[in-house]
Amino acid sequence: MHEALVWIGGGLVIAGTLLSLLGAGGVLRFPDVYTRLHAASLTDTGGATLVLLGLGLVSGLQLDTVKLFFCWAFIMLTTPAAANALANAAYGSGHKPRIGTFQIVPADKNIPADDGPAEDGPTGDGSSGK
Amino acid sequence: MTGFAVEANFALNIALLLMLLVCGVAIARTRSLMAAILLMSVYSLVSAVWLVVMDAADVAFTEAVVGAGVSTIVLLGATLLARGQTERHDWRTQIVPGIAAIGVGVLLVYAATGLPGFGDAASPANAHVGRAYLEQTAQDIGVPNMVTAVLASYRGFDTLGEAVVIFAAGIGVALLLGFGPRAQLAPLPEDLGDHHVVLRVVAKLLIPLIVLYAFYVQFHGDIGAGGGFQAGVILAVAVILHALVFGLRETMAAVPAKAARTIAALGILLYAGVGVVCIVNGGGFLDYDRLFSPRVEAMIPANLLGDPGQAHHWGQHFGIFFIELGVLLTVAATMVTIFYGFAGRVLDGEAKR
Repeated sequence: MHEALVWIGGGLVIAGTLLSLLGAGGVLRFPDVYTRLHAASLTDTGGATLVLLGLGLVSGLQLDTVKLFFCWAFIMLTTPAAANALANAAYGSGHKPRIGTFQIVPADKNIPADDGPAEDGPTGDGSSGK
Repeated sequence: MTGFAVEANFALNIALLLMLLVCGVAIARTRSLMAAILLMSVYSLVSAVWLVVMDAADVAFTEAVVGAGVSTIVLLGATLLARGQTERHDWRTQIVPGIAAIGVGVLLVYAATGLPGFGDAASPANAHVGRAYLEQTAQDIGVPNMVTAVLASYRGFDTLGEAVVIFAAGIGVALLLGFGPRAQLAPLPEDLGDHHVVLRVVAKLLIPLIVLYAFYVQFHGDIGAGGGFQAGVILAVAVILHALVFGLRETMAAVPAKAARTIAALGILLYAGVGVVCIVNGGGFLDYDRLFSPRVEAMIPANLLGDPGQAHHWGQHFGIFFIELGVLLTVAATMVTIFYGFAGRVLDGEAKR
């Protein structure tokens, strides 16, 4: 029984790690602040949940499991709040979300990145940029 | 199986050191001060993880709280004064500093080859005084965490010096930047609106928990990792979080700058006072075995800590308790004072308003 729990827990830890890795990829690849934040925050809470759940299964029911639960509760409180604050700050400083369809364009003729406050409205779809 | 564990540990060390290297290069290359500060925070967090791998839990704790936590906030506060970007220098002016930096690096790597192996029992640090601490802590001091025993009891005088250094740093920042006179210019809480309502609700939930955790770290310090320094910084983080979310004016109404600096001085006074009490009772400075006179020590119930069979070290237990309390007060109040100094400083143009 314990053997099986260790295997399931280990699988969950690996799944959580992969999910966090996916999130990191999303942060690098997604087009604007809000979608990047979406990738980071969702996979962060999800990945941490999977990892902590896996560790809890491996350790069995003891004091460490309770501490892992508190870690999880802390992460579930703070990460969404931090994502909210970041998105709030980005919106407050004038970052507009990109609306429309996108295609990944080669790096040399890339559309201007959304690095600063945009003066005009939504940039529209990626192909029309520049 | 042990072979596999050693291999895994080695791989983990290499991975963490590579992450530190990447962080270091990125810090040196970035031109944005804010990115550099955040990368330094990441660097501290990774090195804290690495210290955990090396079984130095107390140091890892300090690194995580101070390096990744408070110093990031203070540095971010400092960049509000600066332009937020570094200048790009001509590469020819960088040759001499570059050669000096590479030379020092080579010397350090060369020196590192002369260090004893990690955990080498025959190395000078582990063979003489370290070994004496390991062997005698249980009967001399009677606390399970030997780091706390060395830090608070064997080397109590040095730790007093560290606490005074932190206090002096707080005084220095306060002399340079003041005690937060700008707080009166901050917007009233009514004017803030409900823009950051999620943040405020979460902060309201978290601040009591952070304070509770600080006290856990404080009073758990002689059993597990932690102690006055870490707990003090965590306590200060709770105040700083309040200031970041609710505004400096609200925080300074709850924890006035005057109270903070008074508490910082009281902590040092408590620490040194414990030493003086030991002298009065016939011991040396910070000799906790003489903290209580025998008459007082006889009045303490034998099962106060739940283990009447244990050899009694009431002087040691209470001495460590009081000096850790002094460290907690000084560190927390000094961190708050430094934060007030940075966050509430008057910019040059504003002074006349």
